[in-house]
Amino acid sequence: MTAAAAISLTVNGERVEAHVLPRLNLADFLREHLKLTGTHVGCEHGVCGACTVRVGGEIVRSCLMLAVQADGAVVETIEGLSDSGEIADLQAAFRDRNALQCGFCTPGMLMAAQDLLRENRTPAREEIREHLSGNYCRCTGYHAIIDAVETTARARMELKA
Amino acid sequence: MSSIRVNPDGLSVLDRPNSYIGKTVPRPNLDRLLQGRGLYVSDIELPRMAHVVFLRSPHAHAKIVSVDAVTAKEMPGVIAVVTGKELGAVITPWVGVLSHLKGLKSAPQSAIAVDRVCWQGEAVAAIVATSRAAAEDAAEHVAVAYQELEAVTDMRTALDPATPVIHASLGDNLAFERVHDAGAVDQAFAVSDAVVEADFIFGRHTGVTLEPRAVVADWNAAEARLTIYQGTQAPHMVQNIAALHLGLREAQVRVVCKDVGGSFGIKVHIYADEMATYALSKLLRRPIKFVADRVESFNTDIHARDHRCKGKIGVKRDGTITAFEIDDLTGIGPYSMYPRTSAIEANQVVNLVGGPYTSKNYRARARVVFQNKNVMCQYRAVGHPIACSVTEGLVDLAARKIGMDPLEIRRRNLIADDAYPCASPSGLRFEQLSHHASLDKIVAMMGYDALRAEQATLRKEGIHRGIGIASFIEVTNPSAAFYGVGGAKISSQDGVAVRLDAQGSVICQTSITEQGQGSESLTAQIVGSVLGVSMDRVRVILGDTDVTPYGGGTWASRGAGIGGEAALQATKILRKNILDVAAVILQSTPAELDIVNNAIVNVSDGASRIELNELARIVYFRPDTLPPGIQPELMATKHFVPREYPFAFTNGVQAAWVEVDTETGFVKLLRHWVVEDCGTIINPQLVDEQIRGGVVQGLGAALFEKCIYDERGQLTNANMADYLVPMSGEMPDIDIGHVVSPTRESELGAKGAGEAGTAGAAAAVTNAVNDALSPFGTIITEIPLTPQVILTALGKI
Repeated sequence: MTAAAAISLTVNGERVEAHVLPRLNLADFLREHLKLTGTHVGCEHGVCGACTVRVGGEIVRSCLMLAVQADGAVVETIEGLSDSGEIADLQAAFRDRNALQCGFCTPGMLMAAQDLLRENRTPAREEIREHLSGNYCRCTGYHAIIDAVETTARARMELKA
Repeated sequence: MSSIRVNPDGLSVLDRPNSYIGKTVPRPNLDRLLQGRGLYVSDIELPRMAHVVFLRSPHAHAKIVSVDAVTAKEMPGVIAVVTGKELGAVITPWVGVLSHLKGLKSAPQSAIAVDRVCWQGEAVAAIVATSRAAAEDAAEHVAVAYQELEAVTDMRTALDPATPVIHASLGDNLAFERVHDAGAVDQAFAVSDAVVEADFIFGRHTGVTLEPRAVVADWNAAEARLTIYQGTQAPHMVQNIAALHLGLREAQVRVVCKDVGGSFGIKVHIYADEMATYALSKLLRRPIKFVADRVESFNTDIHARDHRCKGKIGVKRDGTITAFEIDDLTGIGPYSMYPRTSAIEANQVVNLVGGPYTSKNYRARARVVFQNKNVMCQYRAVGHPIACSVTEGLVDLAARKIGMDPLEIRRRNLIADDAYPCASPSGLRFEQLSHHASLDKIVAMMGYDALRAEQATLRKEGIHRGIGIASFIEVTNPSAAFYGVGGAKISSQDGVAVRLDAQGSVICQTSITEQGQGSESLTAQIVGSVLGVSMDRVRVILGDTDVTPYGGGTWASRGAGIGGEAALQATKILRKNILDVAAVILQSTPAELDIVNNAIVNVSDGASRIELNELARIVYFRPDTLPPGIQPELMATKHFVPREYPFAFTNGVQAAWVEVDTETGFVKLLRHWVVEDCGTIINPQLVDEQIRGGVVQGLGAALFEKCIYDERGQLTNANMADYLVPMSGEMPDIDIGHVVSPTRESELGAKGAGEAGTAGAAAAVTNAVNDALSPFGTIITEIPLTPQVILTALGKI
């Protein structure tokens, strides 16, 4: 077995030094080494989106990225976005609209939704559906999620205006 | 129809001041899940915990010649490699039968296969190591020698004399057969103006819960106690089964259910690998964690709906339906699942076909056969999508045959809203349904006539849109008739305990469970409303057999109707007890006092007399200030089970508006409507979201989802790239409406709403696709409606 490699990265604003096996993926590193269990593992082959996190400002599937590839990177997870308050309004919209049931997809869904709202301040419903189409939710049927994202986009525009 | 009756004892539970009943309020504790701070089983870690990985059979049917684990046992981190025979020292096999399903048979199943594997994916050895990765590394070094046996895969030939019998001791591959004959079917067909037949084919599909099945089993040898952390819908059932097969008393088993990442019936069963995990913990005297990976989930989570059903309907020229007849065949894998069995879905199909209609002539046969594929069992809306698709498909075919609008034939045949109580030809008893009110409502919501006009206009432009309608009935609030009467230790009653704490807040323990439906919310809404306290003062505890009253859990749309009523009744007692002591403290009478907004008030003028926290302070810390002999009781417990009706049937109707691309075979879902009658609505938003989620599960079955097996019993698409599930891009907005017919079985009046969406979605879409394709003279009665199926029907491929 290949030896562990040293990595250094920033996770939710904290510096992290670790020795990891080259085969360890970023999702397992976050969950098992850093105990950041808000990042969920659904399919482990890059389809379901439950493990979506932000690396260097871009959303990625942490099950498809190796921990060693995150060396030197800035990683943000649902815990970080929650504590910074960056998505407090989006989370409130999800709560008010019951845009989550079991909640397992929710961290990844929030990551993907926030990514859209940073790129496109006034997305149409179809654009929201398209942007979230890589995040699987078995519970809601998506309608409530689309509503919550749309509501957040509108509220942010009103706040700006 | 929508009136709500007054409660007999004068306590107006449903319309008290500040009532939460019928109001949309956010579910408590959602922030935990929104911030990634939930606790799913896959997140749990315990001291000395080891991880198990199962080596699974690559063959659908094979004799296990030998298992060589010598090399694997020497791999880094490996704690043990355990075979089925070795595990048999601590756990006994089981047989998934129920006595009320007469003739149902199955063979003994072991936690890990012994001597023979019967489906691709059955576990042959457990590898326990310090990490999952280490266990997976070692699994590759366990050498199993197999002697492949002929696999029985096609349900249509499973009963042929030339087909091998999977379990020789059973004599044949027939697990269960039910025949039903009501009225005079042959005579009815003979006097019909038209008789139409069709073969309906349903793809085998599965639940694809986003969090795979996961268990942490912790046998504490010093306490002689097993704690099972599992995402289950039925903790007490798990407790009973684990104890039974590990040779323990139920008191020695605690089942804890924290957050559950989706269940939908997938997690209401007990799987062989879960049993193996409990047993391994006992054998190795340490906590063992099992988390299925996605490939394992596809190969071992129960599948459902693999049915082929011949249907026949008779109709008169005036639209009167004269009779229904079905012949249903389903293949359930090599074993009937335990403990709920795999005969329930076929049994439900027989029960439900023709259910919304007045025709009394009904003949049915259902056969359930064994095959060497993954096991099939109950998944959301058990049997309903099949019964609804067959019934509604036949009704549309009959309408087309006599040239009648699909709405009109339904109006002429649906049971009248004032005809209740009544019974179906299969013996189901209906207390109060509302088919006509529901149909009228959905027609108005969708703008039926305008859609028909749009359809006609677009058709001239070569755009093929279609409307599909599907009426349905739904089984909810099951009594002991489901499982208990057949000998299964699965409770049909639920219990709730409520108590006032020392600061005037309420702690409520309920035996129903939460998987995201809103069990916690509806319980808090009921307790808060009945007691007169705000919801933020109510804490609901569920999912722990050491803590909650004994009960069934959350499945078959029973949480609100059964657990909710128990909450209501327990809270009524607590309220009375509080008012009794308040009257003593205030030198008043209970009748003159009420609880509103966390305080005791005068009934007469609403004036606040004493805050609940002050009352609690006196009771708990200064009982010496109360008159002699007063012993306040600020905790109350009640249990509830429906006794009058075996099931509380609900009803509804769905409509789909679709566009079919006749060049590519793609179906675009433009809009979907549902009108549903689940009785009293506790939280409108939660009900609507149950229905929307259910609809999309039904739409997945209608368009995408199918477990594709080859002729050797190999599942060829066991991953999420090849097994398609509904994603947001393809799904439509879904409009929901309600008709409200409360059940009189309970004071709450709530029926279930969890199955409705899934029950009718595929039927509505299939009818819509056939409507869109009507100019081409083709009828499709197979789901999923893949481009291949559609282009084949159009003769293009």
